[in-house]
Amino acid sequence: MAKKKTIRSIPQERTPMREQAPQARAKNFEEVACGYGLEEALRESERCLMCPDEPCISGCPVGINIPAFILKITEKNFRGAYDILTDTNLLPSVCGRVCPQENQCEGVCTVGESLEAVAIGRLERFVGDAAIREGWTNIPYIEPNRFKVGIVGSGPAGMACAADMAKAGCDVTVYEAFHQAGGVLKYGIPDFRLPNEVIDAEIDNLKKLGVKFECNTLVGRLFTIDQMIGEMGFHAVFVGVGAGYPTMLGIPGDSLNGVLSANELLTRCNLMRAKEFPDYDTPLPMGKRVAVVGAGNTAMDATRVSLRLGAEKVYCIYRRSRTEAPARAEEVHHAEQEGVEFHWLTNPASILDDGKGGVLGMRCVRMELGEPDSSGRRRPVPIAGSEFDFAADLVVYAIGTNANPIMGQTSSLKLNKRGYIDVDENLAASVAGVFAGGDIVTGAATVIEAMGAGRKAARSMKAYLGIRDAGLPYLNRSGTGAGTLFGIDTRERNFARVRVA
Amino acid sequence: MKMSNFEIVAREDFSDVTYLLEVRHPLMAKAAKPGQFVIVMLNEHSERIPLTIADFDRRKGTVTMVVQAVGKTTMQMQQECLVGTALFGMVGPMGHPSQTSRAKKVACVGGGLGVAPIFPQARGFKESGAYVIAILGFRNRDLVFWEDKFRACCDELILCTNDGSAGIKGMITDGIKLALARHSDIEEVVSIGPPVMMKACAEATRAAKIKTMVSVNPIMVDGTGMCGGCRVKVGGQVKFACVDGPDFDGHQVDFDDLMSRLQRFTAAEREAKDRWSESCRMTKQIGPGVSPRGSPEIESRSELLDLLNDAKGG
Repeated sequence: MAKKKTIRSIPQERTPMREQAPQARAKNFEEVACGYGLEEALRESERCLMCPDEPCISGCPVGINIPAFILKITEKNFRGAYDILTDTNLLPSVCGRVCPQENQCEGVCTVGESLEAVAIGRLERFVGDAAIREGWTNIPYIEPNRFKVGIVGSGPAGMACAADMAKAGCDVTVYEAFHQAGGVLKYGIPDFRLPNEVIDAEIDNLKKLGVKFECNTLVGRLFTIDQMIGEMGFHAVFVGVGAGYPTMLGIPGDSLNGVLSANELLTRCNLMRAKEFPDYDTPLPMGKRVAVVGAGNTAMDATRVSLRLGAEKVYCIYRRSRTEAPARAEEVHHAEQEGVEFHWLTNPASILDDGKGGVLGMRCVRMELGEPDSSGRRRPVPIAGSEFDFAADLVVYAIGTNANPIMGQTSSLKLNKRGYIDVDENLAASVAGVFAGGDIVTGAATVIEAMGAGRKAARSMKAYLGIRDAGLPYLNRSGTGAGTLFGIDTRERNFARVRVA
Repeated sequence: MKMSNFEIVAREDFSDVTYLLEVRHPLMAKAAKPGQFVIVMLNEHSERIPLTIADFDRRKGTVTMVVQAVGKTTMQMQQECLVGTALFGMVGPMGHPSQTSRAKKVACVGGGLGVAPIFPQARGFKESGAYVIAILGFRNRDLVFWEDKFRACCDELILCTNDGSAGIKGMITDGIKLALARHSDIEEVVSIGPPVMMKACAEATRAAKIKTMVSVNPIMVDGTGMCGGCRVKVGGQVKFACVDGPDFDGHQVDFDDLMSRLQRFTAAEREAKDRWSESCRMTKQIGPGVSPRGSPEIESRSELLDLLNDAKGG
């Protein structure tokens, strides 16, 4: 038994992760953060106190047994760490990169009370990447049942739900409107934050579970949810189509040719690979001076993509202050390092026309913070007479999205006032057998929250179908994780329900 | 269950630049309604291009599009999309179907490429018992297609060509004027074609306050409401053609805005087309075996090249 660790005995400094130098990386699409090497991972894993409270587990939307997987790292049993991660989290490589850990597991870490929190996300990524490199997968023995499950949308919510239902023995088909699976992970998040190879590796894992992917399929229009439940014979359907429908500012100049949504910029660049034009056919609007409006993660992605596409100047325009910016602190920091110029407390008033249908610049007004608004954040109010103009030739709106209307247009699903799908606490929608989760229920949120919703919906779906979460022992070649369960509530193993729901 | 492998089962060339592709997709043939569109990808590197559904055959399980070779992708499709080959992807049917109203007398106006997608609408109106006047416009006689199809399903056909080589000599608006002069009781006009034509059409009916629906085809990426590239101004409001349209009230659409937004990628489009035409010419000179990416047909079809060059800027 190892000596009990104390806050004084652990390495005091959080192990830094190697990164590409800002000057170099702002010119390429290679990953910014290079990930931990072996020594770094081992050192950082020693910083976990293995405290009895385990606040990190409840801080994680999918409830990963964080101390347990970190313990396996300290024991250099990386396969064991992977087995624990994949008990609850389908996509460790993805989540280790894109989760806002500072607000989740790391935000409540005991070490974080006196020192910097344990770098849980970086350790998770270390293990996930090792699995991709080594080709590890955990394929449980699956006893097929007679249920057919349809998943609409192949983003994080749909993937998480698909994995759980496949593991429960269902025949799962995932429908995707784009020509490639992955949803926002593919079209939205750029390669320098989340390489496509990582997503493809995770999708391959799903295929190994027997999940079928059908791309080029626009559910709602090619066939409806009602048809899926009816004539197509699906016993249950999960709707995880994302928010979509980008918001425009509604100011003069909105429809000029140099104005586009961050969704469009990112989709052209990431999914359609317009950055490789003309080898790929999709063109990109090129800007020398780019103004990105908004300060969420999508805005940060848009600024950093613009830099990499060769913009000379990239501005980030946000009407509140840095404190209120919804982006992860690390993303803002990365963008700043790479040379993005931030204009906090600045609100666009109009986009200036160059007389040829394009953008000449932007007129903005300075703001100051007033009383707190309904979101609890101090409301920005314009400072009279503070208008100013600056030159820009491309304006990117990253100010959020509204509900995608296709499900509402084509199904009898009940929507809420804002157009999102109305669900109960178990994520059941208004049509029997239909469940929904992710951005199409909550509005724009994070990858891990969407995955959490996908898994929660899967639990409800299993209850609805009458599937008991019986134990599914691994066909585990390494032998290290024998007896663990793949994403199944461990209280419900071995056909014996310890706790009746 | 594989949806479809997007096989091209029939093709017809209407002219040097206009061609019809019929793609096997039984599920889509079953779902498609007049007014909807698809997005196709020729190969893995291609753009996603929106094309209005020109026809669908539920019995055969096919969906038909009519394409005009105007840019790199559509020119490449013209060369490579032969019967027996397959598209990389096709998704749809997208957008709201056209509302076939209960109007008793309608004019279905199609200009150039718009003649194809106006056909299922004309047929739809005929099936619901309306008196249907088809007004079709082409630049000249050589470009005319589907005249017989329209004659078979419409009560009246007014054919207009710019040079008078077929039908009446004049613009599509001359055809509309003729129809309005003959019939004072036209309740609805449906118009599909280039924006400039739809604009003229909407102006021609504005004074008489005849309901005029148009089908817009702006630049789009996903076609599912996610990118906002296809936004159009309708009655002062921003609408996304892909999920709010593609049909809108022609009297409300800001066509100047639509036409301006279609110019977004003009430079890149020209560059792509020139580069592609150049690579085809090189292939022709060097001979077989060095065709650009995955197009073994190019050599045997190199006689097309001069025609394609003529079509530049068309």
